[in-house]
Amino acid sequence: MTAHTADPASAEGFWLIRQYNRLSLRQRRTLMGYVFIAPFILGFLFWWLGPAAVAGYLTFHKWNFLAAPKFVGLANFSKMIGDPILAQSLKVTIVFSVISVPLGLVFAFFLANLINAKFRFIAVFRTIYFLPSIVPAVANAILWAWLFNTEFGLINFVIRAFGGPKIGWLQDPSWVMLAFVILTVWGVGGSMIIFLAGLQGIPQIFYEAAEIDGAGRWQRLLYVTLPMMSPIIFFNLVIGFINSFQVFVSALLITNGGPQRATLFLVLHIWRTAFSSQKMGYAAVLSWLLFVILMVLSFFVFRYIGSRVYYENPGD
Amino acid sequence: MGFSQKPAEFIESRRKPTSYGDMLFHWLTVFLLVLFAVVMVTPFIWLLSSSLKTQINIFQYPPQLIPDPIVPENYIYALTYKPFGTYFRNTLIVAGLNVLAVVFTSSFCAYGFARLRFPGRDFWFGIVMATLFLPYAVLLVPSFIVFSRLGWVDTFLPLVVPPFFGGGAFNIFLMRQFFRTIPEEIADAARIDGCSEFGVYWRIMLPLSKPALITIGIFTFLFAWNDLIGPITYLRSPDNFTIAVGLASFRSQTDISWDLQLAASTAVTLPVIVLFFLAQRYFIQGVVMTGLKG
Repeated sequence: MTAHTADPASAEGFWLIRQYNRLSLRQRRTLMGYVFIAPFILGFLFWWLGPAAVAGYLTFHKWNFLAAPKFVGLANFSKMIGDPILAQSLKVTIVFSVISVPLGLVFAFFLANLINAKFRFIAVFRTIYFLPSIVPAVANAILWAWLFNTEFGLINFVIRAFGGPKIGWLQDPSWVMLAFVILTVWGVGGSMIIFLAGLQGIPQIFYEAAEIDGAGRWQRLLYVTLPMMSPIIFFNLVIGFINSFQVFVSALLITNGGPQRATLFLVLHIWRTAFSSQKMGYAAVLSWLLFVILMVLSFFVFRYIGSRVYYENPGD
Repeated sequence: MGFSQKPAEFIESRRKPTSYGDMLFHWLTVFLLVLFAVVMVTPFIWLLSSSLKTQINIFQYPPQLIPDPIVPENYIYALTYKPFGTYFRNTLIVAGLNVLAVVFTSSFCAYGFARLRFPGRDFWFGIVMATLFLPYAVLLVPSFIVFSRLGWVDTFLPLVVPPFFGGGAFNIFLMRQFFRTIPEEIADAARIDGCSEFGVYWRIMLPLSKPALITIGIFTFLFAWNDLIGPITYLRSPDNFTIAVGLASFRSQTDISWDLQLAASTAVTLPVIVLFFLAQRYFIQGVVMTGLKG
C-alpha cells in the first residue's frame, strides 16, 4: 500500500501517515475498505437517512413552507384515514398495479418466446420490439395522448374502421385505466430482453431430454421453461410491482389525474399535495405510507412467491 | 452403434422432418412475429407522420397516413417556439455531470464491495440492496425539504450532487457483479509489484471494465435525458429547464397545437434512437446484467 512503501523519512512528518503505519495489517485493510465505500455511506446518510428523519419530524407538523412548522400531533394521520382523495388514489394505483403487472409479465414472456425463434431476420424483430421501451417518458406521454385522442386518434380510427364505437379513452373514467394499461404494456421491452436472455441460458439438453421422454411443446414450456425461468420471472415481477407504484409522468401529462380523478396515481397525489397545495407535513405522511405499502408488498411477494422460485445454483 | 450419435442428432434423425404440427407452429410464429412488429412500430410511424402534417390536415378524418403536403417546418417552429437550445445545453450539463459521477464513484464503491474484505462490508452491501428496491418516489418530498434548506432549489445541484455519492445502488451493484468476473490474480500480481489498492482500482480494474462502464454511462445519460420528476420539482426558472421539462411545458399550454407537440416529441426521441443503434450491444448487455447476474 502507498504509505507502506513510502520513504519513511518523509512519512515521519505527517501525523496521518504515522498513525496509519501504526495500524495492523488487518486494521489497514478495514480502513481501506471503508475508504472505498465511503461515498456510498455518506450518500446514504445525506440523501436517505437525513431526508427520512426530516420526513419523520414533519409527519407530526403542519408546514406550508412559509411559516415555521407547527406541531399538530397525529392530525396528519387522522386526516389520512378520512381523506376520500387519498382513498381514490390508492384505489387507482392498486387497480392499475394488479392489472398491468401480470399482464405486462405475460406479454413480455410471450414476446420473448417469439423473438427466441430462429429466423433469418430475427435481430430486426428484436430491435423493433425493444424500441418502445427507450422512448423518453415525456415524448411517450404526448404520443399516447395523441394516439388515444377521441376524434382524430389512430386507435379510435382503427376501432371505427372495424365498425366499433368512438371511445372516449381519456375522457371516460371507465376507459382511461385500460388506456394506461395499454401504453404500459407497449413498453415491456426491458423485461422482454431479460426474459430472452434467460431463455437462451436454459441448456438445450433439458429440452432434448424432455423430448425423448415424449414431452410435447406445451409440456416442455410447463415443465422445463417455466421452472428454469422462475428466478427471472420473479425478478421481473418485483421490478414490475415497484414501477407500477411510481406512475407519474404519464398521469401528469396525459390526463393530469383526471377524468374525475380516475388516474390520480399515488405519486402524482403526493407530488401535488407537496408542490401544488404546499402541505409538506401531509405529503411527508403520504411518502411514509408509500414506503410502508412497498415494504409490506415486497415482504409478501418475497415470502409467498419467492419461496416457490427454483434456483439452479443456490447461493451462487 | 446407433447411440454413438450426439443426443441432438439422435432426436433429429428420429423426428419426422416436417410434421403438420411443426409447420403450423412455424407459420403461426411468423404470423405473430409480424403482427406484433406492426403493433410495436405503428405508434412511431403515426408520430412521425403526424409531426409532418399541417395544422389543418392533422385534424382530418379519416387521417392521412402519408401527409400531403409534408411540412418539415413544424420542427423549426417547435424547436424555436421554446428555447430548446438552452434546454439542450442544460440537459447536457446535468447528464454529463451525472455520467462522470456515476462512472467514477459507483465503480470506486463497487471495488470496495467486490474485492476488499473487511468487517461490516456485507452489512453495507445489504443497505445498497435495500435502497435498490426503494423507489425514488418515496424520497421525493423529504429530499426536496433538505435541498430547499440548503438553498439548492432552482439550481442544478439537487440533480448533479447526489450521484457523486456512490452513483446509485443499481450502478454499484452492476459494477460489483462485473468486477467479480475479473480474475483476482491480475490484481495480486499488481500488488506484489507494489501497487496500492487505489492503483489496482485505477490502473487494473477500470481499464478492464470499459464495457460495463460504457453501459452504466449510457443508461445514466438516458436517465438524465428522460427524467422529468427531478427537474420539474427543482428547476423553476425557464432558463434552467432541461429538455424534458421544456417538452412537458408544451402540454400545459393550450395554444400549442398537436403538430408542434409531436414534432418536438419526435425531435427529443430521435437522439435516443440514434444512440440505441450506435450502442445496441451495451443497451442489451445493461438490461441483461440487471436481470440475470443477481
